[in-house]
Amino acid sequence: MSTMKFTRDHEWIRVEGDAAVIGITDYAQTQLGDVVYVELPELGRRVEKGKEAAVVESVKAASEVYAPISGEVIAVNDALTGEPGRINSDPQGEGWFFKLRIADSKELGDLLDEAAYAAFVGDLH
Amino acid sequence: MRYLPLTETDRRAMLEAIGAESVDALFRDVPRAAYLKSPVDLPRVQGEIEVERALQRMAAKNLSAGAAASFLGAGVYRHHIPASVDHLIQRGEFLTSYTPYQPEIAQGTLQALFEFQTQVALITGMEVANASMYDGASAAAEAVLMANRLTRRHKAILAGDLHPHYREVAQTHARFAGFAIDARDPDPRAGEDLAPLIDSETSCVVVQNPGFFGHVRDFAALAEACHRKGALLVVVVTEAVSLGLVKPPGEMGADIVAAEGQSLGNALNFGGPHVGLFATREKFVRQMPGRLAGETVDVEGRRGWVLTLSTREQHIRREKATSNICTNAGLCALAFTIHLALLGEAGFTRLARINHAKAVELADRLAALSGVSVVNDTFFNEFTLRLPCPAAAVVERLAARGVLAGVPASRLHPGRKDLADLLLVAATELTTEDDMTLLTTTLGEALS
Amino acid sequence: MSEWSKALGTFEREGDKASGGNRGLQIEEPLLFEQNKPGRSGVDLPEPPATADRLGGARRAAPIGLPGLSEPQVVRHFTRLSQKNYAIDTGLYPLGSCTMKHNPRLNEKLARLPGFADLHPLQPVSTVQGALELIDTLAHWLKRLTGMPAVAMSPAAGAHGELCGMMCIRAALDARGEQRNRVLVPESAHGTNPATAAECGFTIDPIPANERGRVDLAALKAKLGPDVAAIMLTNPNTCGLFEDEIVAIGEAVHQAGAYFYCDGANFNAIVGRVRPADLGIDCMHINLHKTFSTPHGGGGPGAGPLVLAASLAPFAPLPWIVHDTKGFRLVEQAEGAAAQALGRLKGNHGQMGMFVRALAYMMSHGADGLRQVSGDAVLNANYLLARLAGELTPSFPGPTMHEVLFDDRFLDGTGVTTLDFAKALIDEGYHPMTMYFPLVVHGALLMEPTETESRASLDGFVAAVKRLAQHARSGDAAFFHAAPRLTPRRRLDETAAARKPVLRWRPAPATREAAE
Repeated sequence: MSTMKFTRDHEWIRVEGDAAVIGITDYAQTQLGDVVYVELPELGRRVEKGKEAAVVESVKAASEVYAPISGEVIAVNDALTGEPGRINSDPQGEGWFFKLRIADSKELGDLLDEAAYAAFVGDLH
Repeated sequence: MRYLPLTETDRRAMLEAIGAESVDALFRDVPRAAYLKSPVDLPRVQGEIEVERALQRMAAKNLSAGAAASFLGAGVYRHHIPASVDHLIQRGEFLTSYTPYQPEIAQGTLQALFEFQTQVALITGMEVANASMYDGASAAAEAVLMANRLTRRHKAILAGDLHPHYREVAQTHARFAGFAIDARDPDPRAGEDLAPLIDSETSCVVVQNPGFFGHVRDFAALAEACHRKGALLVVVVTEAVSLGLVKPPGEMGADIVAAEGQSLGNALNFGGPHVGLFATREKFVRQMPGRLAGETVDVEGRRGWVLTLSTREQHIRREKATSNICTNAGLCALAFTIHLALLGEAGFTRLARINHAKAVELADRLAALSGVSVVNDTFFNEFTLRLPCPAAAVVERLAARGVLAGVPASRLHPGRKDLADLLLVAATELTTEDDMTLLTTTLGEALS
Repeated sequence: MSEWSKALGTFEREGDKASGGNRGLQIEEPLLFEQNKPGRSGVDLPEPPATADRLGGARRAAPIGLPGLSEPQVVRHFTRLSQKNYAIDTGLYPLGSCTMKHNPRLNEKLARLPGFADLHPLQPVSTVQGALELIDTLAHWLKRLTGMPAVAMSPAAGAHGELCGMMCIRAALDARGEQRNRVLVPESAHGTNPATAAECGFTIDPIPANERGRVDLAALKAKLGPDVAAIMLTNPNTCGLFEDEIVAIGEAVHQAGAYFYCDGANFNAIVGRVRPADLGIDCMHINLHKTFSTPHGGGGPGAGPLVLAASLAPFAPLPWIVHDTKGFRLVEQAEGAAAQALGRLKGNHGQMGMFVRALAYMMSHGADGLRQVSGDAVLNANYLLARLAGELTPSFPGPTMHEVLFDDRFLDGTGVTTLDFAKALIDEGYHPMTMYFPLVVHGALLMEPTETESRASLDGFVAAVKRLAQHARSGDAAFFHAAPRLTPRRRLDETAAARKPVLRWRPAPATREAAE
């Protein structure tokens, strides 16, 4: 999707108007293994670019999910509480974590596009 | 040496396989100046006969509670442990096994932990319990840390009737983790009212039941006062047997229970190892420290158990862990589980009734002594006597006569002259008629 | 494909069980709560006389819900449970940094002497001089073996000892009036190190390892600064290697005004041969349940006394055991010489039961026996390295110390992971080595045999590991994914356990309603 961008911490972000949807990539979920729990941010919380916004846990690991850009949390994916496995089965669709109202769209500038992210992941092995 | 199987022949053959000249050569990375050429200045190897003799000599210098009439409590209680308990915990598969990280070959440990967790939840009246902590005092400190995390507040109120060791451990943690403690003055008359102290900065109120001076209370009203202000109620229980007769913290509205389980299955052991019990509400489980055994199934669909929610713990979360704790009290928790399994509902409740009845009888007898009064209107198996003189000196005199009369309050509240004449006296199912007569007689003589 | 569904998809139905679910001596044993008969008990107690209670109305009203069993049932229950456990008494337990050595039974006998076990911690000190003498004697041995002048005896576990160490350092810095908040921790460190530092309010700064698996001294020096409180170092480190630049590390750390904390989990490699004081450390916790044989008990109890340099000794937590002309005393208040002592870290005086066991162990070995312990421990680990280096991939060239680190390069292309390999090893009759730790290599396999393994035991282990490695390379990944097959339970669904935690037994709903 042309509006999807990526970070080197394996988050994806999809811009929808003045909002953005954020989640973790397929690479991230394979590294984690079966997701057992997600700690989502509260509605209304202001998150900062590069700072921790959520936590995702598998049986053997817990990882921070960093906000790719700054903004106010306007929605969270409550379905993940009962079905964290969605992050494994559909990481870039039903496994979305939260939505932000974008504070400064210039912050999208240094994110990777799909090709650049794919190359980055390829280099990891 | 009897524990070392390698022979000189073995060593030579193994060095050859390795391609090293000597065992010393394997230590080549150690700086030469630090590598000792000869054994450290300490005694040499000894057989069982000599070691036993040496340690028995030390043991013989102590007056054990079994060799005296003992009325000591103050957080550690002398109970009868059924003979089966010690035999079972010494089975090598329990004694010498490790933490159950490979659940396929540790179902014994894991099932026993699951049973322990269930027992602790049942007796405390709480929804969920962990697989034990080091002891009651460190469990209480962890409860305060947990309350701080849950409420995002940084001030804990500690009741005056809380065991001083528990208060001190919490204060040590507070100093280094950077939160505040409001530790109330000791409360021998059970008169304190903590509700007015709770404000919007309070993370929790920590009370003890039965209290340090023995008082038994219902903290339901205090629980409500806490919850109205968004704070949590932590209830400490230092005598686990009391839960067989006294209303449990869960029914009072407690949010966290931190208790000492030593009374079941575990000897006095001069203070350790003991076993901390920790229980809370299900909704708080992800903030609970310590290990947890959880039920699941294997690939053949058979029920089994595993350690779970491990991502709270240090080996995964590292600096973000709920606590740095690695160990639980393993074998001590198992001893607790076996003892309580043997007692069952009928035995545990009866044991508690016996303890209370003994204490009631003893209190009445002691109250009849001239100059002595019982401070408590309520107690379980431990009460406070007011003597006409400092209690510590009386205790020393009676110890010389083979009577361990109780714990003077001054031992744990040394700065308080107003508490110097108070003596904590405990009775359990092991307290005999003769013991009570001996105490009343010798105490009477010491006071006249 | 998730790990769970991989395992599920490749198991084979064994079909080898009796009609009731048992498999020969492997007996299926229900929970205690499923064997309840109301009113039954395994303890005979006399009913006390019915008198008015003194509970002020706070009497328990509702039943607890504990099950009632007889003594024979309880004995059988826990005996059957024990038979499902692997243990040191059963076989080699090569867990890295755990030091799973033989637990001598003399220790159990002596810990149970009434003169130790039946002592109340708050008895008058005049009645427990022998107990204080024992703790003091153990402290003396620990100080001699480490070369350190002081020791805090009360921490109840290794992690507790670490906490004690970092608190002492924080207290010492406070006393110097210095605000230093950064602690340097190697990337290979055990998770307790950063967790402990964080609990004391420090921030953690990781130090990378060099290609020799040791702390990168240049990187360390670059990170030192006036805001560094301490370094936390494990030596030998978690790769099983001696930090050969440790003296230079200590000097650099001290020059920067910081403290040197040493994690003593691997002391078994050097006990009796090297005194950590000679390496420049300021404090070190010792795991009595590792180096000094106190039993692991399925997860505890442990004991983690902390040896201290003179600069940190004044801050040791209470209580202190002091010996003067009048005998032994307990210092339980922070006054006089103990005015700067940390408060308490636990109730009462420390893990006395573990002290008795550890001292019995030390006295049995003596200084010469302990020197032999580290020698044989290191010899055994190097023997494993030499014999397995051909089949497995050692992460670093030898010699190693008391434990040896391999990584999963030898499994490349086989479809078998370190986890699968470990599960297959279980079917061979061995508890697996430590897996996936340290994090500095991929798919780590860390083996610590200890000195109490015979050569025959090691040879048997080597043969099993070699067979498995060869089998893995033969392409039969399904065999490994289905392992273990022969154990009381096969692979368990840890994902489900974490997603929907069931942490206690509850009665079935129908029974609950009937009770209400």
